[in-house]
Amino acid sequence: MSSADDRGPGTGEGTPRIDESPTVPLRAGDAAVADAATAQPRVEESVTVPIAVSAPGAGEGEQAGGEDPGGEYEPAATGGPRRPGRRFSSAGAVIGLLLGLLGFALVVQLRSHGTDPELATARPEDLVRMLSDLDSRSERLRQEIASLEASQRQLTSGAQNRATALAEARRRADELGILAGTLPARGPGLEVKFVAGSEPIAASTVLDAVEELRGAGAEAMQIGGAAGTPVRIVASTYFADSGGALVVDGTRLTGPYTLLVIGDPQTMHTALNIPGGVVDTVHQHGGNVIVQESGTVGVTALHQVSAPRYARPVS
Amino acid sequence: MIAVLALAVGVVLGLVLEPTVPIGLQPYLPIAVVAALDAVFGGVRAKLDGIFDDKQFVVSFVSNVLVAGLIVYLGDKLGVGGQLSTGVVVVLGVRIFGNVAAIRRHLFRA
Repeated sequence: MSSADDRGPGTGEGTPRIDESPTVPLRAGDAAVADAATAQPRVEESVTVPIAVSAPGAGEGEQAGGEDPGGEYEPAATGGPRRPGRRFSSAGAVIGLLLGLLGFALVVQLRSHGTDPELATARPEDLVRMLSDLDSRSERLRQEIASLEASQRQLTSGAQNRATALAEARRRADELGILAGTLPARGPGLEVKFVAGSEPIAASTVLDAVEELRGAGAEAMQIGGAAGTPVRIVASTYFADSGGALVVDGTRLTGPYTLLVIGDPQTMHTALNIPGGVVDTVHQHGGNVIVQESGTVGVTALHQVSAPRYARPVS
Repeated sequence: MIAVLALAVGVVLGLVLEPTVPIGLQPYLPIAVVAALDAVFGGVRAKLDGIFDDKQFVVSFVSNVLVAGLIVYLGDKLGVGGQLSTGVVVVLGVRIFGNVAAIRRHLFRA
C-alpha cells in the first residue's frame, strides 16, 4: 500500500520527490498557459497530440497505474491547456453523460445493496434459524388461511340457507295471509250476484253458497252489497239475517249481494248449478243468481285478525 | 463544473427513479462503478496537474468500465468470479488511493 501511495504522488521514484511533485505540474501549467497565450498555430496540434498521447496509455487512471507519469507531463501539457478554448465541446457532453451515468449507477448500487444490510452480515446459523422461523410462520399462516377459508365457506352456505329459509317463510306468510284474509288476493274466479225476488236472500242461502264454493276449492272470498263495505269471508265469518238485510261479521249489507271468489271458475260454477244447490234454492224463492266467470277477480277486502285469547300454539 | 452538475443530476435521477438492478447486471455494476470512480479520480488528478484531456478521459472511463466488467465476466466463466472481482477491486482501490493522494498533495500541499 505504501508503495502505491508513494507512486501516485511521487510521480516517480519515491519519497524524495514528494517535495518536487507540486512544482512539476505547476511548471507544466505555467508553460501551457504561456503556450496558449502565445502560440496560436499550435491549436491544430492540440487535436492531434492527445490522440497520440492516449495511445501509449497516458489515461488519467493509468497515470497511477505504473508508468512514470513524470515523462508524460510534457507532451500532455502541450495539448491539454488548449482545452479551455473549446469548452462545451462534444467531448464535454460525453464526459457529462458518463459522469451522470456514474452517479446514477452509484446511487442504484448503493440502494440495491443497502436494502438489507442486517442479513448480509448475519452468521449462517442465525440465517438458518431465521429461515426455519419464517418457514414455520408461513406454515402457520397457511393453516390460518385454510381455516379462514373454511369458515368463509360455512358462512356463505349459512347465508344461502338463511336466504332460502327466509323465502320459504315469506311464501308461507303469503299463503297464510290469503287464508286468514289479511292480504289482498287476486286470480281467476267467479263473480256471483244474488238478486232478491219476492222475499229477501236468506243468510243461510249465502252461507250455503259459501260452503258450496269452499267445497269446490275456493281460496279467497269477499261479499259486498248495494250498501256497506265489502267483507272478507274467512273461517270465522258469520252470516245473520237482519230484517231483510244481511249482517256479515258485524257489517250490515243490503241486496243485491255480490260474492267475489277466487278458485277454479268451472268447478265452482258447476258446484253452484247442481240440482238442489244454491242457484235452485234462490230460484225457488223467486230470486236470481247471476254467475259470471272472470279471468281476474280481485279480493281486496281485508279481515282484521284478533289475537286468540285462549288457544296457544303447541310448539 | 459540467461534470459536477452531471454527477448531481445522475444522483438525483437515481434517487428519484429508484430503479432496481437487473439480475444479469448485479455482479458487474459494483465493479463498473469502482472502475468508473478510478477513472474519475484519475481525471481529477490530471485536471489538477493541468494535463486533463477530454478524449483521454472518455476513453479511459469507458475502457476501465468495460475491462472491469470483462474481467468479472471471465472470472464468472472460469469459476473464480469472486476472487477475480476482489482482485479487480483491490487494484482499482490501490489506484484510487494513489490518485486521491496526488489530489490531496495538490490541494493541501501535503
